[in-house]
Formats: sequence, C-alpha cells, structure tokens
Amino acid sequence: MQTQFLTLDEARDLRCLAGMMIPPSAELGMPGADDPAITADMQASIGRDLEDVRTALAELVALAGGPFADLPPARQDILAARWRAVERPALATLRRVILQCYYRDDRVVRALGREARPPFPKGNVLEQGDWSLLDPVRARPKMWRDVAGG
Amino acid sequence: MLDKVDVLIIGSGASGAAAAWSLADTKMRILCLEQGDWMQQSDYPSNGRDWEARQFGDYATRPNIRARPTDYPINDDASPIKVVNFNGVGGSTIMYTGHYPRMHPSDFKVRSLDGVAADWPVDYATLEPFFAENDRMMGVSGLAGDPAYPPKTAPMPPLPLGKSGARFGRAMNDLGWHWWPSDTTLATTEYDGRAPCINLGHCTPACTQGAKASTDITYWPHAIRAGVELRTRCRVREITTGADGMASGVIYYDADGKEQFQPAEIVILACNGIGTPRLLLNSASARFPNGLANSSGLVGKNLMFHPYAQIYGYVDEPVDSNRAPPLCLWSQEFYETDPNRDFVRGYTFQFGRGVGLVTEAVSSAAAGRLPWGADHHAAFRQLANRRIGLSAICEDLPEDHNRVTLDPVLKDSHGIPAPKVEYTIGANTQRMMAHSIARAHEILAAAGARNIAVESPILNGGWHLLGTARMGRDPAASVVNEWGRCHDVKNLFIIDGSIWVTSGGVNPTSTIQALALYIADAIKQRLATLFD
Ligand SMILES: Cc1cc2nc3c(=O)[nH]c(=O)nc-3n(C[C@H](O)[C@H](O)[C@H](O)COP(=O)(O)OP(=O)(O)OC[C@H]3O[C@@H](n4cnc5c(N)ncnc54)[C@H](O)[C@@H]3O)c2cc1C
Repeated sequence: MQTQFLTLDEARDLRCLAGMMIPPSAELGMPGADDPAITADMQASIGRDLEDVRTALAELVALAGGPFADLPPARQDILAARWRAVERPALATLRRVILQCYYRDDRVVRALGREARPPFPKGNVLEQGDWSLLDPVRARPKMWRDVAGG
Repeated sequence: MLDKVDVLIIGSGASGAAAAWSLADTKMRILCLEQGDWMQQSDYPSNGRDWEARQFGDYATRPNIRARPTDYPINDDASPIKVVNFNGVGGSTIMYTGHYPRMHPSDFKVRSLDGVAADWPVDYATLEPFFAENDRMMGVSGLAGDPAYPPKTAPMPPLPLGKSGARFGRAMNDLGWHWWPSDTTLATTEYDGRAPCINLGHCTPACTQGAKASTDITYWPHAIRAGVELRTRCRVREITTGADGMASGVIYYDADGKEQFQPAEIVILACNGIGTPRLLLNSASARFPNGLANSSGLVGKNLMFHPYAQIYGYVDEPVDSNRAPPLCLWSQEFYETDPNRDFVRGYTFQFGRGVGLVTEAVSSAAAGRLPWGADHHAAFRQLANRRIGLSAICEDLPEDHNRVTLDPVLKDSHGIPAPKVEYTIGANTQRMMAHSIARAHEILAAAGARNIAVESPILNGGWHLLGTARMGRDPAASVVNEWGRCHDVKNLFIIDGSIWVTSGGVNPTSTIQALALYIADAIKQRLATLFD
C-alpha cells in the first residue's frame, strides 16, 4: 500500500542524496540539505511529488542493489553520478523537492541576505531609478506606422 | 428548466467580465456561467513560505500539472509550447503577469502593409475609445509619450525602474534602441479599491494584495453591483440550437454535477482560444454536424500562441530579483516590418527583473549551472539575486494546420471531450525568434551580463490563445463578423482571443478586452435589429 510519506529507507536515501547535493559549509554558515529540519520539511511537504520521488529513489536502489545510504561514500559518488546522468521527470522532481525545501530554510535564506518571511504582507521596496535615462528615447521621432483609415 | 435569461455569457475571464459589465447598463437579465470558483486572496502562494514551491503544484500555470477539479485537461503533446491558463472567476487574469501593451495600428492591416495573412475587419482607431475605457476599468499604470505608440495616457504612473530597469535602460541607450516603461495592470496608486503595489514580486500565480488587475477584483464587483448574476462551478457542455437554427441556451453541469439546461436569448462565448473552439466543436448536432458556427471549417484552426524566446544572464552585483514585480520595460525597436530583415512583422522585448531563490536553484540545477557537492554554495552565490533577462514576444502568423480539435479519448471530469492542440512554429516566426535571440545577446552584453542562457520557445509559454474562430466579413473565410456575431448563428457571439485574425507581437489582453467592450457596445447599439 502507498503511504502518504516516504518509508524509512526511502527517507534515509533521500537524506543521503540531499547531503551529497548540498553539503554543509561551516565557512559560509550554511547547513547541508541533509539537516534534520530541512529533511523533515521534505517529508512533510512532499504531497503530489511523492510518486516521482519514489520512482527516482527506486531507480537508485536498483543501481545500488540495496539501500543507497548504507553504501560507502566512494561507491555512493559513483552510483549517484550514474543515476543523475540522464535527465528525466522523476529525477527533476526529486531534485526540486530538495532544492525548494533547502532554499526556504530560515538559516539558508538569511545567509543569502534575504529576510526569512513570505512576501506578504510586508512586501519590498523598489527604488525609482533614474528616469532621466529616458530622455534620449523621448527625443526619438515616432516609430509606429501610419495606416490608411486608422 | 431554469428561467430564460436575456444574455448568457460563458466564461468570466478577461473578456467575459468586460462584456458583462458593459452590457449591464441595458438592464437586461445577464447571467455568466463559470466552471471555476471565486478565488481567495488569503489562499494565494505569497502568503506562505512555500510560495515558490506552489508554482509547481496547485498554482502551476499549466492546467495539466495544476489539475484542480475546476480545470480541464488539454492534450498538447503535439505542440512544442504547452497551454497555460486559469479556470476560475477572473479566468487567466488570475495568473497573468499584467504586461499590458496594446496592438499597434499596423497590426490590423498586415495583408495591406506586409502582404501576409489577412487584414482585420476593425482597426485601431475604432478600438481606441474601448482601449481607453478598458484602461480605466482595469486600472493601467504607464507613462505617456512612448514613440512606439500613437498618443495614449494611463490612469496611474508607471512601476519604478528599480535596479534592473535602470541597468537595462542604460544598455538600450548605449545600443541606441527603443525602450519604455511597460504599461501594466499593477496599481501604483490607490485605485478603485486597490492599494498600490508593495512589491510582493510573485504576480504571475496570483496577487495576494490585489494590486494586480484580475477581473474578479476589477470588472466583476461593478458588474455584480449592476445586477449581473455570476454562477460558479458551472461547466458548460454544449450550446443547444432550436429548429430556427438559433442558439436556444446551454447544457451545463452545476456544482453538484447535475445536468442543467439554461435557456437564453443571446449566448456570448468567452472561454478563450482553446475553450471556445472546444465548446463549439462539442456542440455539433444534426444541423451543425461539423460543430456549431463552423460552416467555414475554421473553428479551431489558425491557433496562434506568440512563441516566446527567453534570454537571461547574470550580472556581478545584486539586482531586484523577485523583490519587485517581474514587469519592468518593453522595447519595440524591432516591432514594425523592416524589409532588410529575413522575416516580416516583428516582436516586442519584455524585460524582467529576476527570480526568487528556489526558482533560481531549480532552473539552474536543471540547466547544469548548479553543481552537486562542495562547489554548490560558491556557484549559487554567483547566481542568486543576479539574474536579469528578457523575452521576445514574437508575432505568430495564422496557419490552418495549427489547430484545436477534440481529443478522441481524453475527457474532463464530467466526461466532456477535451481539446487537443497540434502546433508547429512557422518559418517566418522561427527566423524572427533567431533575430530576437541575437539582439538579446547584444542587450545582455551591454547590460554587463555573463553566462547567457536561452529558452526558446518557452516550453510553458502557451499563454496567448488566439485565432481559433477568426473574425471577418466573408462567411466562407471567418467564423464571426466584424462585430463578433457568428455568421451561422445570429444570436451567438464570440468575444475572446479566438476571434483574432492575426496576433501582433504584443501580449494580447488589453486588445482582447477592448474588443470585448467594442462587441458589447455593438450589441447595445443594435438591440432592435440584432438578429437581422
Ligand atoms: C501565466 C500566464 C501569464 C500571462 N501573462 C499575460 C500578460 O502579462 N499580459 C497579457 O496580456 N496576457 C497575459 N496572459 C494571457 C491572459 O491571461 C489572457 O490573454 C486572457 O486572460 C484571455 O482572456 P479570455 O477572456 O479570452 O479567457 P480567460 O481569461 O482564459 O477566461 C476564460 C474563462 O472561461 C472559463 N471556461 C472555459 N470553458 C468553460 C466551460 N465549458 N464552461 C464554463 N466556463 C468555461 C474558464 O474557466 C475561464 O475562467 C497570461 C496568461 C497566463 C496563464
């Protein structure tokens, strides 16, 4: 029976892949995508992407001959590269699930110089810019074609 | 059977809303049937932290991905451009970006001026008062004095240039090419109950603060106050005809899935360039075996999309990214036909400001710009908040093999046959796209961008749905006459993008709505002799 969430093994493999995709960087103050809060977000929000993610993980498990997360890192690197070599919808979905949870994490968003909040209700300030830049365009002759009868 | 109405409008989007409002002052009994729901701004993506993610799910622009109960599937496998729309009160204006150029005078005369396709039976001068009325009702922001257009004014000032706009403006000045702040339907001042835009930056899936003019918050409140009835979750299956060959009403499924017959004196179709031919073809009968209003055989043919070429790159300092509306400037340097080029007609450049972090990461990973592993962070820092880009909106010429038919297998949730789209990009348009990509490279270079990327055509760019029930004076060569009445069925009107003869090189909604107001006005002027 399909559950609404990934199985424990699937979740472990996804977490392992996430960490390979985006490892932590102490220097930049960035968590890895395998951070527990980020992977918990992936599990909780997977929704309609579940089937694709399962398909992509199953392909990886088939290559690995068992749980991917249990393999030694060097073997994981080789298999993940092979698994990623051909672009396909299930792979794109899995990649997106990781990226969309990573790049909305408070710590990540702040480290990239953005406020950790939704756009509404605060919005943003947009500077006017220099309207005198338009002066040469204002000075141009008309460009539209005249047509008979309007 | 339900009580007969005087006017039945099918579809509450850009055109249906405008016509409903315009006709309301006749005091006729007007009903609009809409298959979707009223939208709730509190449900829109930019309320939550998952605002970018939802564009891949319940706020996807493609109905086939969004797959809400109110959507219908579209078989667009045989098209390099996929159909995007929205089905709800406000129609696709819920999702549109609000870039709002008008067609040019020359766009209505392409046969006379450039020897291709056909002239329209209406012209810019005729539509001019309706453009102005529609600008007032939708609330347009813009700047007078654009040398690319005959004189016009907008009720609100333009959006700020911002960092991205100023950078592009300087680049265009260096190249000596035209640019101008875009006309948009984003409020920049208090306007008819709308607050000025606070730069949520996520206009396209739907505007949470209501600064963007979708017709659920512009025309509809006025139309409803004037007595128009709008019934939601009503999906029309077919238009019925009587023994006299006139439309007698429609059969629809109500919110409970129950079949209803709604009689009407006048039926107006406003279901867009895909939904309208679908409904006409689904209304075939013994008297109209090839579909309703289809004696010309042109229903569904000549589909035009405006293939978009999108070109973007990365600059070395942060720009506005998604902290502002994506809309910014336009350029019509290459709009009018130039005999020195290898194509006729032309295109508009629509300049953007950038994208959010998630969108940047997802698209850059797919394009191979964002590596896995230790280099990921450094690479992302070169991309995030640094993207600038532009799109060319290329005129598509009518070709009758580009078409909408009924899919023999695919059906919507009510069992109604779904539309099937077959489309290829014409040779003239391909040359135009190549030209636009080359010019865009020059613009991006002048703006200091590197790592240039191209998406051409934009895959999910079938947002302009035009031409599938064209207008004309000759019943053998058109579906509706010069004021929107079907040649074959004298109480059936079409007011959406289906009636376009050619596509121009601009986003179409301003002109779609001006045409809807013009047709509504034509109906009002002729009430006593409407069916003659
Ligand atoms: C993502 C996106 C971005 C866009 N950006 C721009 C832009 O920047 N500028 C611009 O000019 N245009 C833009 N557009 C296009 C613009 O939205 C359309 O041109 C415009 O909305 C078309 O108006 P319409 O009245 O023809 O149809 P729509 O607005 O699509 O309305 C049709 C309505 O009919 C209803 N309907 C269809 N079939 C049935 C049925 N059988 N029974 C009952 N109801 C039915 C639908 O539910 C829908 O509400 C964009 C569109 C999208 C999707």
